[in-house]
Amino acid sequence: MGLSVKIRKSLPGFTLQAGFSIEKERLGLLGGSGSGKSMTLKCIAGVMRPDEGRIVLNGRVLFDSETGVDLPPQKRKVGYLFQHYALFPNMTVLQNIQCGMRTGKPKGNPEELLAKFYLSGLGDRYPRQLSGGQQQRTALARMLVSEPDLILMDEPFSALDTCLREEMEHMVSGLLQRFDGPALIVSHNRDEIYRLCSQIAIYQDGSSERIASREDIFSNPGTVAAAVLTGCRNVLPARMMEDGTLWVEGWGIRFRTGCEIQEGTDFVGVRAHYFHIAEQMGENVIPCHMEKIMDGPFEQIAYLRPVGGSERLCWKAEKSALESIKDRKIVHLFISPDAVMPLRSRNRI
Amino acid sequence: MEWYPLLNSVRIALIAAGIVFFAGIGAAYWISHLPHFWKGVLDVLLTLPLVLPPTVVGYFLLCLLGPRRPLGIWIAKLGWTPVMHWSGAVVASAVVAFPLMYRTARGAFEAVDPSLRYAAQTLGLSNVYIFWRIIMPVAKNGIFAGTVLAFARALGEYGATSMIAGYIPGKTATISTTVYQLWRTGDNAGAMKWVLVNLALSMAVLLMVNWMENNRETYGEGG
Repeated sequence: MGLSVKIRKSLPGFTLQAGFSIEKERLGLLGGSGSGKSMTLKCIAGVMRPDEGRIVLNGRVLFDSETGVDLPPQKRKVGYLFQHYALFPNMTVLQNIQCGMRTGKPKGNPEELLAKFYLSGLGDRYPRQLSGGQQQRTALARMLVSEPDLILMDEPFSALDTCLREEMEHMVSGLLQRFDGPALIVSHNRDEIYRLCSQIAIYQDGSSERIASREDIFSNPGTVAAAVLTGCRNVLPARMMEDGTLWVEGWGIRFRTGCEIQEGTDFVGVRAHYFHIAEQMGENVIPCHMEKIMDGPFEQIAYLRPVGGSERLCWKAEKSALESIKDRKIVHLFISPDAVMPLRSRNRI
Repeated sequence: MEWYPLLNSVRIALIAAGIVFFAGIGAAYWISHLPHFWKGVLDVLLTLPLVLPPTVVGYFLLCLLGPRRPLGIWIAKLGWTPVMHWSGAVVASAVVAFPLMYRTARGAFEAVDPSLRYAAQTLGLSNVYIFWRIIMPVAKNGIFAGTVLAFARALGEYGATSMIAGYIPGKTATISTTVYQLWRTGDNAGAMKWVLVNLALSMAVLLMVNWMENNRETYGEGG
């Protein structure tokens, strides 16, 4: 049971290569724009045809280039929530939702159905008369009444303002928890993905390059792309030394790491939250000059220049921590060996 | 006054617009899904009647449907001889008006967000349902505009019509060929009468378009 995908599709100047396999869990596809996330969803839904590969959902073959299986989207039982919801503008809310009922006959009381999605009294409205949140709830209702075996969501909250975003995320999270099947969520927002998904696939240049649990991806991204996509602000070239340390020329420091450094490591990442003030020099301590502080409502982003290096360092610090060092000429920052993330600029093939 | 040219013109334009409505929509929908290359080739071929002089179109049609041509002989066996017959004017008007419908409809279809079709497909709706109940209603303003343009063009068709259907009073005469014939034979007053009829007809069509624009279903716009 679950979803397994292995597909390839070439377009001029772009090749999509996606491969992953999940059980009844939520997989987040995290990647920059144009990295092939939405295209993967389209191929799974059957509205776009991969050049080769195989897609199997709960044991049903949806697509297989070798045996020539290519089920039409109508037969795949895949629910698709579009970025801009794709509500039919010529139909009312209720008519839109009824489009999702495969048998065509309304199941249960329409008013109850509307109430379930907080759409009471809006059944006769047209989509353009609804707010963004109401539009999304209509799209969710329409998708869920079609009783899909798999849910695909393409940037589900990107068209909403910040306040509604949280409200809708809460609702979607509840719906996904009750949904008994796999779900794929495409986003470039790492926080959203982290909160909604248990597994994360990193997309770069058309390839799904790594799939792991969300904790794994965030604590040990492995590649430069994954580090940047998960919000790591400090990513620099590094060199493996014979004594097992990592030499980071840009900061002029040798890092001792918590884990063994793997072959092929040529970058290092340090998250901006993981710096601590040290009182003196020592292992994994960088002496820096303060360069600039950007004020935020709760925390500050400080940019520092290491004494022995040429690259800037970004530190997200509490106001009180910055307050305590404001008179120091040189700030010593300590990074725990466990917080040093060895990275590869290229994925191992 | 003999009213035959008015009835004939309206009859020809209505039938031609009807043919062009379905042919233009079919071609537009089909071509909007084709790969880039074929789209370009077919687009040029189907738009040609718009830029060619109507007399050239008429000449081509005579070459195709003339009584001594293979196609003309074949359709004559089926009992249809369009040359020097009002049905020939229908063919001529339809061919000349087709590009207007085709191009407007194609623009309207291509402006429909493809995710509407995708969403409908994943919901299990049949492609026929999607076309008639979603794509067509969403594209209907463009389709309507194309139909009116095609009808108006068919109503005013002169060049190709005069070549294939000629001017036979009471048989193939339309308003436009009658105006020319009367003027040519020095009957200025008669020509003027038909010019006024034509003006009234055109204004009536435009008024109807305006009225329909103001009363069209708007799916909750401004509500």
